[in-house]
Amino acid sequence: MRKLLLGGIPAHGWWMLALLAAVLFGAPAFVNDYFITVLIVIFYFAYTGQAWNIMMGFAGNLSLGHAIYVGLGAYAAAALYVHYGIGPWVGLLASLVISGIVAAVIGYLAFRFGVGGVYFAILTIAFAEFARIGFDHFTWVNSSSGLFLPVAQYSRNDLWNLRGSPVMFYYVMLVLMFLALAICRMLLRSRLGYYWLAIREDEEAARSLGIDTFRCKMAAVVISGAMTSVAGMFFAFFYNNLFPEQVFHIGRSIEIILGPIIGGIGTLMGPILGAFLLTVFSESVTGALATIGIETPGYKQVFYGLALLLVIVLLPHGVWPPIAKSLRLRETHDGEGEA
Amino acid sequence: MALDTYINVVIGGILTGLVYGLMALGLSIIFGVVRIVNFAHGEMMAVAMYLAVVGSTSFGLDPLLMMIPIAAVLFAFGYVLQAGLINPFINRPEHSQFILLVAVALIIVNLLLIVFGPDAQSVQTSYSLDSFEIGGVIIDATKVYTAAAAVVLSAALFAFFKFSHLGQAIRACADSYTGALVVGLNVKHLYALTFGIGAACVGAAGAMMVLLIDVTPALGPGYTLLAFIIVITGGLGSMPGALLGGVLIGVTEAVAGLLFTPSAKSMFSFALLVIVLLFRPQGILGKAAR
Repeated sequence: MRKLLLGGIPAHGWWMLALLAAVLFGAPAFVNDYFITVLIVIFYFAYTGQAWNIMMGFAGNLSLGHAIYVGLGAYAAAALYVHYGIGPWVGLLASLVISGIVAAVIGYLAFRFGVGGVYFAILTIAFAEFARIGFDHFTWVNSSSGLFLPVAQYSRNDLWNLRGSPVMFYYVMLVLMFLALAICRMLLRSRLGYYWLAIREDEEAARSLGIDTFRCKMAAVVISGAMTSVAGMFFAFFYNNLFPEQVFHIGRSIEIILGPIIGGIGTLMGPILGAFLLTVFSESVTGALATIGIETPGYKQVFYGLALLLVIVLLPHGVWPPIAKSLRLRETHDGEGEA
Repeated sequence: MALDTYINVVIGGILTGLVYGLMALGLSIIFGVVRIVNFAHGEMMAVAMYLAVVGSTSFGLDPLLMMIPIAAVLFAFGYVLQAGLINPFINRPEHSQFILLVAVALIIVNLLLIVFGPDAQSVQTSYSLDSFEIGGVIIDATKVYTAAAAVVLSAALFAFFKFSHLGQAIRACADSYTGALVVGLNVKHLYALTFGIGAACVGAAGAMMVLLIDVTPALGPGYTLLAFIIVITGGLGSMPGALLGGVLIGVTEAVAGLLFTPSAKSMFSFALLVIVLLFRPQGILGKAAR
């Protein structure tokens, strides 16, 4: 366990990681609320990107509907809290179970005949859309009029019920982000992780070596889906409102995948770096557009699309691999070594 | 409800489904030959619909007449897209191709939003309210015209792929990329042509669709998904399958809209997709697993 998590990191890698952690844990003392919120968004996308990366980056199954896990996780925890007063950390169990089951159903339908690929990507979108329309008509969670949580009292931080100041949410999301990093590192260096990489590179070959590819892919889908639902729980309690048209929208699914793609699919630091670059880019574009007086919706997304296009054309492996190389942190695609 | 109502709704569903079929045919042709999944399919249809709206409101042209010029515009767009952007991605991993087209889709949706605004727009024609009555069943004239146009275009396309030299050359590329290169076919050019033809299908379908539904910039992703569902239901890579899938989905949606609420109708298309994947994963007319 310890060797899986900690082994193979060079000394200067540890120093960089420690520096990053120190800066991020100390940051709330120095920056204003706006930056706190921006950093929370970065951590959130780093976390969801990390979870998505398990499915795509490690096991090679493209999900374009991860919003469904965010949405299910958010709705499960929020509905239990609103209806029965059950705290988010207990409600999280429901989020994990529901998301895991849905992920298993999607995976089963797609992988049963070894078709995967296109079918899988399309099924993920179809299920997310199904959930969006379904929740629009689901009266227990107020259908399309939205589910609202009682607004937080900022005077007192209640970690157990996740009611409190942005700084509390900052630390919760920061810890979740590092936790996801640790889990992914352990998974990637475990037997299952090597199976995933083998399947991703050549499924036929992996199967001929006796790897149960169906079970391995199912594991990737279920772990990824369940992990993503934790972000959903956070989303619900941070924003205090849920609308099916927002949480399940295909745009949310695409936002989740942008970070790891830009950072580097299949790498461990890629999702974090990608989330950082993307959020900073997005905030700058919003700021720049506001200064020149453009408020029409759409411009920001066009820039998103262009950025995505540029990255996929010019840097097919993402931004992180070349950086890792120059920092002598040999994070390669076989998952060896990592900062 | 009276039986007449059902007959009426089912016939309406079949007619709309034929237009869906033409749209999905474009996706199916592109996938069948280039092996690229066009994630910008619905978005391209939205572009065609807006072209029809502009032609109709600014110049008073009938969308059915504009069908061919709009298809030509989309053909050019598709050709350039494939030749310029997608051809270098042919040997890239599947997810790279997906993401490339998702980026294209994102750009199209938001450009439409910037240019046309978020509000729904529609087209009025002189025959908007006309209808035929056959044995007590009333059928929308618009739906009959659009369905007829869709059938004619699809038939022309079948003939093109079956009999013309160019169509045969394209099918050769579909059968074997390397084989086509060996016999001296200009595969990249043929790929671009194919993407152009697929785009033209969706362009023509868009010109028809604008007579049936209102257009908004956000309509793209939903129709991309609908096209996938149709193609997978009918059988990926099968041309008759796309039309059959379109009709099935058209009828499913129409009946679901009647029995439940119209806003939930696409849930029933998803259910149909799941049933097909469970019992016949290669699609109704698709060939058994490769």
